[in-house]
Amino acid sequence: MARKYSPDYWSPREGIGAFLPWSGTYRTMRARNARTGVRFIFPFIIGFLLFMLMPLIQSLQFSLSNVKLVPGEGYSLVWNNFKNFHYAVAIDANFNKAIVDESLKMVINTIATLVLSFVLAVILNQNFKGRTLARAIFFLPVILSSGVLAGIEQTSSSSFNIMTAVSQEAASASGVNLSQSLQNLLSVSGVGSGALQIVFDMIDAIYDIVMASGIQIIVFLSGLSAISPSLYEAAVVEGCTAWEAFWKITFPMLSPLLLVNAIYTIIDFFMKSSNSVMENINTLQNSSKYGQASAQSWIYFGVSLAFIGLSALIISKGVKSSEN
Amino acid sequence: MKTDVNALAENGKTISRNKKSGGYILKNKTKKWTVSIVRALLLFGLCFMIIQPILARIGVSLMSEKDLYDSTVVLLPRHATLDNYRIVAELTALKGMNNGAWTFGSMLNTLWVSLVSSLFQIISCTLVGYGFARYSFPLKKLWFALVIAVIIIPPQTISIPLYTNFVNFDIFGIFRATKGDSLNLLKSPLPYLLMCLTCMGLKDGLYIYMLRTYFQGIPKSLEEAAYVDGCSTMHTFVRIMLPDAIPTIASCFLFSFVWQWTDLFYTRNFFKTFDMYSIKLNSIAGSVSGYFSKGNSATVQVAPARVQQLINIGILFCIIPLIILYIFTQKTFVQSIAMSGSKE
Repeated sequence: MARKYSPDYWSPREGIGAFLPWSGTYRTMRARNARTGVRFIFPFIIGFLLFMLMPLIQSLQFSLSNVKLVPGEGYSLVWNNFKNFHYAVAIDANFNKAIVDESLKMVINTIATLVLSFVLAVILNQNFKGRTLARAIFFLPVILSSGVLAGIEQTSSSSFNIMTAVSQEAASASGVNLSQSLQNLLSVSGVGSGALQIVFDMIDAIYDIVMASGIQIIVFLSGLSAISPSLYEAAVVEGCTAWEAFWKITFPMLSPLLLVNAIYTIIDFFMKSSNSVMENINTLQNSSKYGQASAQSWIYFGVSLAFIGLSALIISKGVKSSEN
Repeated sequence: MKTDVNALAENGKTISRNKKSGGYILKNKTKKWTVSIVRALLLFGLCFMIIQPILARIGVSLMSEKDLYDSTVVLLPRHATLDNYRIVAELTALKGMNNGAWTFGSMLNTLWVSLVSSLFQIISCTLVGYGFARYSFPLKKLWFALVIAVIIIPPQTISIPLYTNFVNFDIFGIFRATKGDSLNLLKSPLPYLLMCLTCMGLKDGLYIYMLRTYFQGIPKSLEEAAYVDGCSTMHTFVRIMLPDAIPTIASCFLFSFVWQWTDLFYTRNFFKTFDMYSIKLNSIAGSVSGYFSKGNSATVQVAPARVQQLINIGILFCIIPLIILYIFTQKTFVQSIAMSGSKE
């Protein structure tokens, strides 16, 4: 062995300058590649430090202090002993209620979105006439329910949604609301009414759920198109029915994407500007209560992180057990 | 005549085959038909549900105020008018209020902001995605975890510090020392474009993730061949990798364009001084009353139904360009995402 090069990216001989992404000094191919890689992700590093980390730290400071804006100079901070968090949890009348409400809604919404987008992806993956058109229409919500449209739509969709219009019309004409009476019938039949209520809520919210599941359908579809058709052929040869093939092939192959979709749905739901927690934070911000607003958004961030972690745990456990 | 005979023979054959198979063929056929009928009904229903609000909006947008309160008018207007469009166009700064000329001011602003910012976003995200997909470097896992963190952290958490920083922009007190005052950058589009260039714009973490997944799926031997032939790193990236990646990059660009077009959050924070369509659309409800009471001494109370109608026209204005874009680029939207996802 003539000479042993350090396998590391950096050896002290290269000096501090080697850490700079435009530095040309390197001793090994690996070090050279590493430097090229850092050069490629350099925009992200700069952006993260300047426009994410710094504001995050400041926002944490805000949430822990009394913030006063001083015109022309920025702001002054006075440490106030977690008063902002105390305000969010114990004093603000809306915040706790909003968070609990939104979380409940989020759980129901996520489950419904996952189920619906899964089913729709499986259907849209089959061969039938007009598939391209159907796909195009189902991805339309990616455009139609984004940004300002989602927030505005929520206030206006109820009055222009033909479902509600027709059922109201029917109710006023005959005095009987068909879906309502069906609900009553099912509730009387004695099946757990709590669970049923959740199902009814989902059905009532089907418009919102379809509008929120465009991306999820695309993700599932991509997973479906990656499954090799020979798997199904083998299954048919072995005498597998379509139902069995679904549970033994399709479902296990798509289950990793469940997690991706679940996380996407949760984030999407929590970050909607029409969300009542977001509204609460925005109102605080607009009335210059920056400290309280930051504290609330940190709590909210914590809650959403907890939900993401929880869903990751549940789904990865579930995926493992279905594989065994 | 001949065809009838043929058909009859065909039928007879099928029937006898069915008998021979013990009813299997009939069962199978019935099953297939039932499945496709149920599927067609389900898809039609859901598609209708997505399309219907748009159609209903178009119908409602043509109604005169009288029709709104007439309960016998549901879908189509009785007294059709285009006047509503003019009102909304003036409310959202598409049309000058005084001279009455169509300038499309807010729409054009939104257009160039969306174009430029998504261009910047995609350039930087492509570079970063490629870096993550192909090179290993110190702390790579940490940096990638931070990309995921950027997706997860709600931008609302950092909006206040960002705002205060950009309003009183100063690098180590240089501007205060030389000019006596800090810069207010929020009057220019610079802060947001800077953020786009450094991958901190709207949903940039997602684009990095998508592009990284795509680049990971391309065989390494392509680049190795280029390196062996003496191609430099940057050259390989531009000449070998980029041409293949264009469909994925295009779909990321489309997503970012569309989301930027409808975005309210970043627009409200960084483009306050511009007439942006999404802001105007969001504030229609607030500005209607002022619009109608112009010239009157007392404020006019506008009925909620009327306000809703005007908001719906505003939504139509917003989505029509997007739908036209979508019709032409539908394949790019769907296919390349499906491609990039398939390699996870």
